[in-house]
Amino acid sequence: MNVQLEQKIAFSILFLCTLLVVVPVLIILVIIFVKGASALSLNFLFEMPTSGMTAGGIFPAILGTLYLVLGAILFAVPLGVLSAIYLVEYSRDNALSRIVKLAIVNLAGVPSVVYGLFGLGIFVLFLGFGASILSGSLTLGIMILPVIITSSREALESVPQSFRIVSLSLGASKWQTIRHSVLPHALPGILTGTILGLGRAAGETAPILFTVAAFYLPKLPQSVFDQTMALPYHLYVISTQVPGIPENVRYGTALVLLMLVLILNLAAIILRYQFRKRKKW
Amino acid sequence: MNTFVIETKHLDLFYDSFQALTDINLNIEEKKITALIGPSGCGKSTLLRVFNRMNDLIDGVRITGDVNVLGDNIFTPETDLIALRQKIGMVFQRPNPFPLSVYENIAFGLKIHRNQSKKEFTDIVKESLKSVILWDDLKDRLDNSALKLSLEQQQRLCIARVLTMKPQIILMDEPCSALDPIATLRIEELMQELKKNYTIVIVTHNMQQAARASDNTAFLYLGELVEYGETKHIYSSPKEKRTEDYLTGRFG
Repeated sequence: MNVQLEQKIAFSILFLCTLLVVVPVLIILVIIFVKGASALSLNFLFEMPTSGMTAGGIFPAILGTLYLVLGAILFAVPLGVLSAIYLVEYSRDNALSRIVKLAIVNLAGVPSVVYGLFGLGIFVLFLGFGASILSGSLTLGIMILPVIITSSREALESVPQSFRIVSLSLGASKWQTIRHSVLPHALPGILTGTILGLGRAAGETAPILFTVAAFYLPKLPQSVFDQTMALPYHLYVISTQVPGIPENVRYGTALVLLMLVLILNLAAIILRYQFRKRKKW
Repeated sequence: MNTFVIETKHLDLFYDSFQALTDINLNIEEKKITALIGPSGCGKSTLLRVFNRMNDLIDGVRITGDVNVLGDNIFTPETDLIALRQKIGMVFQRPNPFPLSVYENIAFGLKIHRNQSKKEFTDIVKESLKSVILWDDLKDRLDNSALKLSLEQQQRLCIARVLTMKPQIILMDEPCSALDPIATLRIEELMQELKKNYTIVIVTHNMQQAARASDNTAFLYLGELVEYGETKHIYSSPKEKRTEDYLTGRFG
């Protein structure tokens, strides 16, 4: 076969595959936007739901999701980053540490409903936190830990070995070396993992189903021990459990959830860009 | 009359079961430049890394014998590695500044040990850059990224970074191997300047460099110290056949 032709066919196949991935995503976005945009208004965003969720706003669900994401990040990022530092910088390369690393990678593939059940067993029942923001945040936090540990590990491992050697040769201790010449250069990568975790924590329904989410609670949570509404669960409820919800309210809710995740991601991406601009090698 | 800042006695070094250094007895004179030469894999870099214990980072390294640095045995359980490495600076094969500004690179060690005030910081940075003859070039560019400098400037910067620690000994592991011949000569000039205040031990692949720039030369071959003495004697009348063969280019 002619080389030029071969080249064209290969190119077309690759292009087609990319198109097949991108187009459905665009279609989803367009449908959600077209059907949901009419529901968006300041009232929709900042009011309580009324009349059995058929009218009013979704403010408690928005706020609830923000609380849950924030709680999950506060819990999972320090824990995940610190354990990644231990795994990369301190633990010796032996059978045990390899099993631990493998287990962490595999934990990322555990279905989210299993994390939900785990959270129910540990936080809600055993530790007695009840169905609360605390239980939900911790459950989501545990769910995103593997993502954060794995990407933090990759970020730490990608920092050139020479940075550590130079630092040690200048008389820095191991911890000073990590603190001053490894961690700052790994931050962009660690933030990437945090972004991924963030998006996942905001969108998951199953882990919050048993641990925090309220079906219909038209008031704002007062403490971390309160239940709250949350966007993904609210979307599930109004789409399948309650008849008579206007279509634009359902799509509007989906649109808000989508935008919330995008805004959170954007903030993290801007932050990461700022770090990258400063540190380059 | 001669003061020795590094003394090794019956030094053996093993990587697991492989013996990389055998019975090394070497005394390094103060404020002289000592070159370690020999073919690849002869153990010269390994020996250099014994002096500031950088071999500790490699798993499976085992050392027997005595190594005294500035009068103290450095292989005791009480040895303070942090203090040791402040007294012995190291310059590496590839210039390896951090991806930070010129100023931050130089101030790195000071920041870690933080026993100076901000004012002293600036003075020490300036003084160190002057010692490596970079101050005039870089005084207006202290905020620029160190990675934008030429390789020679980067290597000078790395030497300046070591000088801020006020070391007594500077170890150099093939410091010119990434540089062009002109830059190499200029670094050698700098070494002559530095030896007024510091003891320098340099590992080099370049026999001419050792001949030009060093006072004493140690020839290592297959982990053994074959011959050690004043550079001019080693080069004009080597006692050992193996030294002569290496220097005349018959192997290596």
